[in-house]
Amino acid sequence: MQRQSADTQAEPAKGWDVVITPERAWWDLDLREFWAYRDLLVLLVRRDITAQYKQTILGPLWHVIQPLLTSAMFAIIFGLMARMSLPGIPPLLFYMSGVVPWNLFSNVITRTSGTLTTNSGLMTKVYFPRIIPPMATSLSNLVGSAIQLGCFFCIALYYHVSGNYPSAIGAAVLLLPILILLELLAGFGIGLMVAAWTVRYRDLGFLIGFVVQLLMYMSPVIFPLSMAQPGTITYRLVSANPMTPVIEGFRASLLGTPMDWSTLWYPVLFGVVVMAIGLIVFQRTQRKFADII
Amino acid sequence: MSGRRVIEVEDVHKRYELGVIGASQLSDELKALWASLRGRPDPRMDMEAAAHGQRAGNSFWSLRGVTFALDQGDILGVIGRNGAGKSTLLKLLSRISLPTKGRIAMRGKVSSLLEVGTGFHPELTGMENIYLNGAILGMRRAEIDRKRDEIIAFSGIDHHIHTPIKRYSSGMKVRLGFAVAAHLEPEILIVDEVLAVGDAEFQRKCLGSMRSVADKGRTILFVSHSMNAVQGLCTKALWLEKGKVRMQGGTDEVVSAYVMEHAAQVLERSWPGQDAPGGELLSVRSVSVRSMREDGLMRISDPIRVEIEVENSGVTDNDIGIRLSMRTGTDAVAFISDLSETVGERVWPLGRSKVVCTIPGGLLNAGTYRINLMFIRKSKHWFRIPEAVIFETQEGPRQGTWIGEWGGAVRPTVEWSR
Repeated sequence: MQRQSADTQAEPAKGWDVVITPERAWWDLDLREFWAYRDLLVLLVRRDITAQYKQTILGPLWHVIQPLLTSAMFAIIFGLMARMSLPGIPPLLFYMSGVVPWNLFSNVITRTSGTLTTNSGLMTKVYFPRIIPPMATSLSNLVGSAIQLGCFFCIALYYHVSGNYPSAIGAAVLLLPILILLELLAGFGIGLMVAAWTVRYRDLGFLIGFVVQLLMYMSPVIFPLSMAQPGTITYRLVSANPMTPVIEGFRASLLGTPMDWSTLWYPVLFGVVVMAIGLIVFQRTQRKFADII
Repeated sequence: MSGRRVIEVEDVHKRYELGVIGASQLSDELKALWASLRGRPDPRMDMEAAAHGQRAGNSFWSLRGVTFALDQGDILGVIGRNGAGKSTLLKLLSRISLPTKGRIAMRGKVSSLLEVGTGFHPELTGMENIYLNGAILGMRRAEIDRKRDEIIAFSGIDHHIHTPIKRYSSGMKVRLGFAVAAHLEPEILIVDEVLAVGDAEFQRKCLGSMRSVADKGRTILFVSHSMNAVQGLCTKALWLEKGKVRMQGGTDEVVSAYVMEHAAQVLERSWPGQDAPGGELLSVRSVSVRSMREDGLMRISDPIRVEIEVENSGVTDNDIGIRLSMRTGTDAVAFISDLSETVGERVWPLGRSKVVCTIPGGLLNAGTYRINLMFIRKSKHWFRIPEAVIFETQEGPRQGTWIGEWGGAVRPTVEWSR
């Protein structure tokens, strides 16, 4: 746990275990200390999961109800009322294959960005690596997504067995973990930035929920990208969304829709850059959290 | 016992921003950012201002150049008035916030307890919260597994350990939180006195386990308002005033100096001129109170001497009574004693003479006392000197584990046997 800061680097720590100085370099992530607190990460993930649905009647079923209802609503509004035609895919399956990954992305951003304020009671009383609560919150969202995916497979199985829509799940389904990782990277990175800034300017907390919602309409969650003509404003807007290839990828692996996998370079680059910036911003501001919260 | 150096605090400063967070702060931050980009010092870091006063522009210097060091086994009591910087010092040592300037170095496993049960989640069971709280305080899972049964036994809530703690009483939550904290086994323990609030039973347990930590040669840093607690527990004391170290050293020395300054004691009064209390026949020239110890400490274990200097201009008999009424800080009568009871037969000499009243050790309690004097002539009230002197007594190290306030106007040494 030896720590040296930028201005005392010349001087060896002389066997001190903890040295506290005003400045800490932004690259000083202290992975060893993080490792020492790994049990806390696991326990906080578990807390977030178990505490979420205590004293609800339906419990974890809510993970399933929400995307089901959203998908059904999309099917009614866009399929029946707006008469948007889908390429031969049952609307419920089509919308769910977009809603599930989008939910993960949006939940990771909004929940992560609120962790510092929701955990302020901890932050002002005990020291531990500050990155742990946002990380735990991000990871706990995976459980919901796993349940939702399970639900999706059940519905797909029903369609398959009843002969309405033979399932086209292929080898691409193995890419799901990578797609999920990409969402986590981007969502966690953005969440960290917002979290760090929200500590001082709470306005951002309100803003981010709204922005993420708007972003969904700029994504292929409600219509296939193939429906938009290349060159139109809609196409450009949707393509500018780094989550577009991820959502398309989800759909390709779950429903076998056509997909240009090479477009994934965009979310990969975006995820890495955003994650790096998020970590830097978070590290730079974390030392002031307790003074401001 | 003094071992190797385990804590070093060097010239630590801490600045807080004052006022509302808003546009003005945003512009301040941009200015600071601009300055740092050009390699200039942060315009908010006005150390000159810090040296002169705590308030400087929009900021408040909570600590201004605090330096001290502790060796293994030291138990340091940090004392000072509200706003002296005690809590800030705790937060810096606990690594909750970082100093604005200076350096803190520590050796060994540090645990800080600014409250008990940090991070308890109401929906989780007692058992789940033991794990959560333990991990928050820096325990590894395997360590908690090992100490789990002990913790549950210590908390005394084994029957409800699988109940969500939102069903617990606040006392149960505190007990559970403390049970976890008591099993931390730190090498350096940083404790806030808020821990020691609560009922007597809890305080006993709390401080008892702090003692046992101390007995194992661990180092403790304890912040408190209670001089009793500091004197009962600590080997060293640090007096903070307006963010600076006013004094540090042995507990007795520092606490006495602190008490002396804050007690508004009146240890001596004298009336050299015409305004002396009394009358034509006899007047009082001075009243004083002092300890009979060599170091001058007003310890409750040692006698205290009250001297009344009188000038007799015409009393030729023995018929003067001096009644001393000892009152507590809240003006309750502790006891009353009369001169005529002991030296009634002697004729008063003319000129100046001293009347000495010795209050034995092992009688008074720790606290503030005022002495009211009443003079009696021919069985009638003659004149009085209200609040002739005001003094503060302290106790020495206590035997038991209870270090809270000890009630009572007096605290006589009573013999017990069994």
